[in-house]
Amino acid sequence: MHKVLIANRGEVALRVVRACRELGLQAVAVYSSADETALHVRDADEAVCVGKPPARDSYLNAGALIEAAHRTGADAVHPGYGFLSENAGFARRCQDEGLTWVGPSPEAITAMGDKAAARELARQAGVPVVPGTAGTIGPSQAPGAAAGLGYPVMIKAAGGGGGKGIRVARDEAQLRAGIADAAREAQAAFGNPALYIEKLIEHPRHVEIQVLGDAHGNVIHLHERECSVQRRRQKLLEESPSPAIGRRTREDMAAAAVRIAKAAGYTSAGTVEFIVDDEENFYFIEMNTRIQVEHPLTEMVTGIDLVKEQLHAAAGEPLTITQADVVPRGWAMEFRINAEDPDADFRPSPGKITGLEFPGGPGVRLDTAIYAGYSIPPFYDSLVAKLVVWGRDRQEAIARGRRALREFTIGGIATTIPLHLRLLADAGFQRGEYHTQYLDGVVLA
Amino acid sequence: MAEKTIKCPLPGIFYRRPSPDADPFVTEGQKVTAGDVVGLVEIMKNFHEIRSADDGVIDRFLVGNEEAVEAEQDIAALRG
Repeated sequence: MHKVLIANRGEVALRVVRACRELGLQAVAVYSSADETALHVRDADEAVCVGKPPARDSYLNAGALIEAAHRTGADAVHPGYGFLSENAGFARRCQDEGLTWVGPSPEAITAMGDKAAARELARQAGVPVVPGTAGTIGPSQAPGAAAGLGYPVMIKAAGGGGGKGIRVARDEAQLRAGIADAAREAQAAFGNPALYIEKLIEHPRHVEIQVLGDAHGNVIHLHERECSVQRRRQKLLEESPSPAIGRRTREDMAAAAVRIAKAAGYTSAGTVEFIVDDEENFYFIEMNTRIQVEHPLTEMVTGIDLVKEQLHAAAGEPLTITQADVVPRGWAMEFRINAEDPDADFRPSPGKITGLEFPGGPGVRLDTAIYAGYSIPPFYDSLVAKLVVWGRDRQEAIARGRRALREFTIGGIATTIPLHLRLLADAGFQRGEYHTQYLDGVVLA
Repeated sequence: MAEKTIKCPLPGIFYRRPSPDADPFVTEGQKVTAGDVVGLVEIMKNFHEIRSADDGVIDRFLVGNEEAVEAEQDIAALRG
């Protein structure tokens, strides 16, 4: 493996360029015509324009991406997160075209991509799952299934994930309406209207386990990340370790995640997501078969470079670390800074960045692709930077986060920096007592 | 008489329909009143309604479905 085409954009594309650099691999960037001035394009060794601004013409354009790989002589493809990263068909097509896929096998992507089937795999691996339907259900079976579970229930898209295609139902009337809405949304968003139902766990915490696997049968975990600060089911602030679970729960969850990864024949980086209730019972919800946005948290507390491990695994090498080498230290927090105005109902704020001052100093990491004078295109997501801080303990992480957020000046656009500062000052957050509805229902209410 | 137009307030991707398999909000030749929704613009994965500021009849759309638009770009011409 010598040249990697990065089938993505923004901060994650830059992240992969950096890992390639450190491993002596050539990096090929792709870009839509709206991203001609993007940083990942400038920093890569080569860059190829793959289409017009809409994602489906460019970053989702499998034919253009593969052609770009052949044209540049790339022999591997790293899909980043989002876009085609969990598209088994694209992964398979890359492999058929002689390109190494930097990620798990198409079979593993498929196994975990069907969320209802993934639940079943977890159950068979002896991992607790949220009580729910064994597979997908049709509208006529839904009322009986929901009554059997007991309301309230959550309706979820089997082909979905990432917090999309979900409805809550507290009675049969809501269930019927929710089933219709969710199926329609799932069809539009994922091309698959199939649904399943789970019991709704009120005020859950979202705690996920990072795993790594290689082609030599090694599967290890790298502990947990807590991702319960969410706005409309999208993560905003994450931390590691989780303040919600004790040592025993932590170990049991990590062991469960490894069991699931092994059962799926998993290689490369992945994340096993769980819901934890207020009695520290944990339940598998889904597995993400890609590198995640919040992976820097794990890198900060373990000192391990997850993207480099992905590249090693893709090259057929064993992971450079064993489970015994994974020794977490300290406390990390990540602030997803979006180009949205928290004072105007989070209205997106595209436009030109006029003034920019980056934070720095001890325990501060910034993953971003913005620069002074850069114009944020409106066609992609609103994430402009991930500010990650590390401290010896949670208190130091919070103080460092506050200090770094205050140093971070972005002029010309509105951002969620003020919201992060508000969260750090929030009493519930400071006590580590929050859940997935905390931001929407308490802080923003 | 200068032609009246409907402008898209935000940059992004323009859609004629509320969802892929639904009918378009309005068709050419259709009458609209000020405030009627004539399309959507997707910006950073958020969808915003585009409303006509005037009464009139949709003469023609100036931007195709799922094309990129800029802020304040004319997306439809009105007559009458």
